[in-house]
Amino acid sequence: MTGVNDLRMRQWQLRTPLSEEDIGRLQIGDIVFLDGCLFTGREGFYHRLFDLGEAPPVDLPTISNVTFHCSPAVNETSPGVYHIPAVSATASFRFDKYLPLLFEQHGVRAVIGKGGMQPEVYQEVFRKYKAVYLTTVGYGLGAMYGRGIQKVKEVYWKDELGLAQAVWVLEVEKFGPFLVECDPSGQSLFALANEEINQTFEGLYTELPQPKLKRLGEVTSPGKEVL
Amino acid sequence: MISRETIHATAFELNRLAAIQIPGDARQAVGRMYKRETNKISKYVLGQILENYRIAVDEQRPMCADTGLPRFYVKVGNEAAVEGGMVALEGAIRQATAEATAAIPIRPNRVHPISRHDYNNNVGVHAPTVDYSFEPNVGWLELTAVHKGGLFGGDYRMLFPADGIPGLKRFFLDCISEFFRRGMSCQPLVVGIGIGGTKDTCVRLAKEAGCLRIVGDRNPEPEIAALEEELLQLGNSTGFGVMGLPGDGAIMDVHIEIAYAHTGGMPVAIQHFCFAHRRMSARIEGDGSVHYREDPGWFTPFYRRDSVGFEELEEQEA
Ligand code: SF4
Repeated sequence: MTGVNDLRMRQWQLRTPLSEEDIGRLQIGDIVFLDGCLFTGREGFYHRLFDLGEAPPVDLPTISNVTFHCSPAVNETSPGVYHIPAVSATASFRFDKYLPLLFEQHGVRAVIGKGGMQPEVYQEVFRKYKAVYLTTVGYGLGAMYGRGIQKVKEVYWKDELGLAQAVWVLEVEKFGPFLVECDPSGQSLFALANEEINQTFEGLYTELPQPKLKRLGEVTSPGKEVL
Repeated sequence: MISRETIHATAFELNRLAAIQIPGDARQAVGRMYKRETNKISKYVLGQILENYRIAVDEQRPMCADTGLPRFYVKVGNEAAVEGGMVALEGAIRQATAEATAAIPIRPNRVHPISRHDYNNNVGVHAPTVDYSFEPNVGWLELTAVHKGGLFGGDYRMLFPADGIPGLKRFFLDCISEFFRRGMSCQPLVVGIGIGGTKDTCVRLAKEAGCLRIVGDRNPEPEIAALEEELLQLGNSTGFGVMGLPGDGAIMDVHIEIAYAHTGGMPVAIQHFCFAHRRMSARIEGDGSVHYREDPGWFTPFYRRDSVGFEELEEQEA
């Protein structure tokens, strides 16, 4: 069986919008850098789009098929002109229920974020749309990712959602590195890592009894995830 | 007399230095982990983290764009004279935080918890958090800025004497299981543990242990220092490296602080302080001169309440 250490970690530099061909070549553990354009979105964006049923502030496929779960540190250098020295991802698992709609209605095929999603989401949603999940590395490499941002092309819903939640359209160059966490076949790097680590990790619990007072809904197996 | 303007300027500069410049103890700890790591993706990630520290300083960018929740710890010398008193001091800190948010910039993370409204300045109700402690016989002020990530990597649990140290170890591992998978705590990190006290004291001590002691520092009580070493070793033998990937460890250090507890309980709180290890301290002397340094020096013997007269009690008992 392939282990995490057997992954090839091939490096790719790809242009957005990502072609089916480019996406098709990616495998978990590969490292990706991006050139081109992408848009950001998190709670406020998804809420307006899919819970409130509002139209997106712009036709998203005309921008990119890559979205980024994040919010930047922003400098307003002169009124309406923004500079982003640093950007870090935010945890993606909170947004998984919106992805089928984002893929189906808005043509997104690559999601950049933090921490990935559950293997079932990859199998059911990502595989169906031949989409990939790219995880930022680290995760708090704000300075490094900030360096890849060439320009803020546009910002939408800034007044409605605030700087952190606004939809930022970013022009990027050699933006990365990202690790392929879910490839188009729906495989997951983190799932593979969990399987491997659990072999050592669960053993550490053998001498340690359950707490006297349990908590409601407690996950009692150390090999299970809480997400 | 320490002027309001000196406090204001120092608080601003502390926010800037904390946001950009990784403290040497944390950088060196990550460097050692990089050298030791034998798993290739974990090693790659550690290498990128070190590179990010370098870029942040070279290009004066915030090391992580998630500011966390900026806050201040203030140690007040008992003889310190502050222009406008403590009210002016806190006002200066709040003003400096709002200004630093726009100028550095650091991301305005603080929002109203229900309406989610963001004033884009990291200031609001109970924001920034400012904690105070005191120091006898001195006339200085010490300020520490901390920007700690805010969403993952901590938990509280009421354990009991019958759970004891095995119970503590299990809870320690539970937090690793919960938050090291997928790298949700942004490892490598420092684990702060609070044992005892009331619930709020326990959680506060865990946070302070994680954020206000430098890597390599040990608790002055030998049994607790030994427990710190033991948990560090246990935590680095789980199979986890950075990002929840297989690796040779993801913990820079474990720091434990204690408070006397209810006779029936052993509450424990755990906090993970991520690799964007943003803290910076300064002492403002009574003459207004300012000295910046990386060690917060927060846990003084007085702060650990060494002064309650245990020695006299022990003599009486003997
Ligand atoms: S946990 Fe720390 S390194 Fe990670 S995103 Fe938050 S502030 Fe940045």
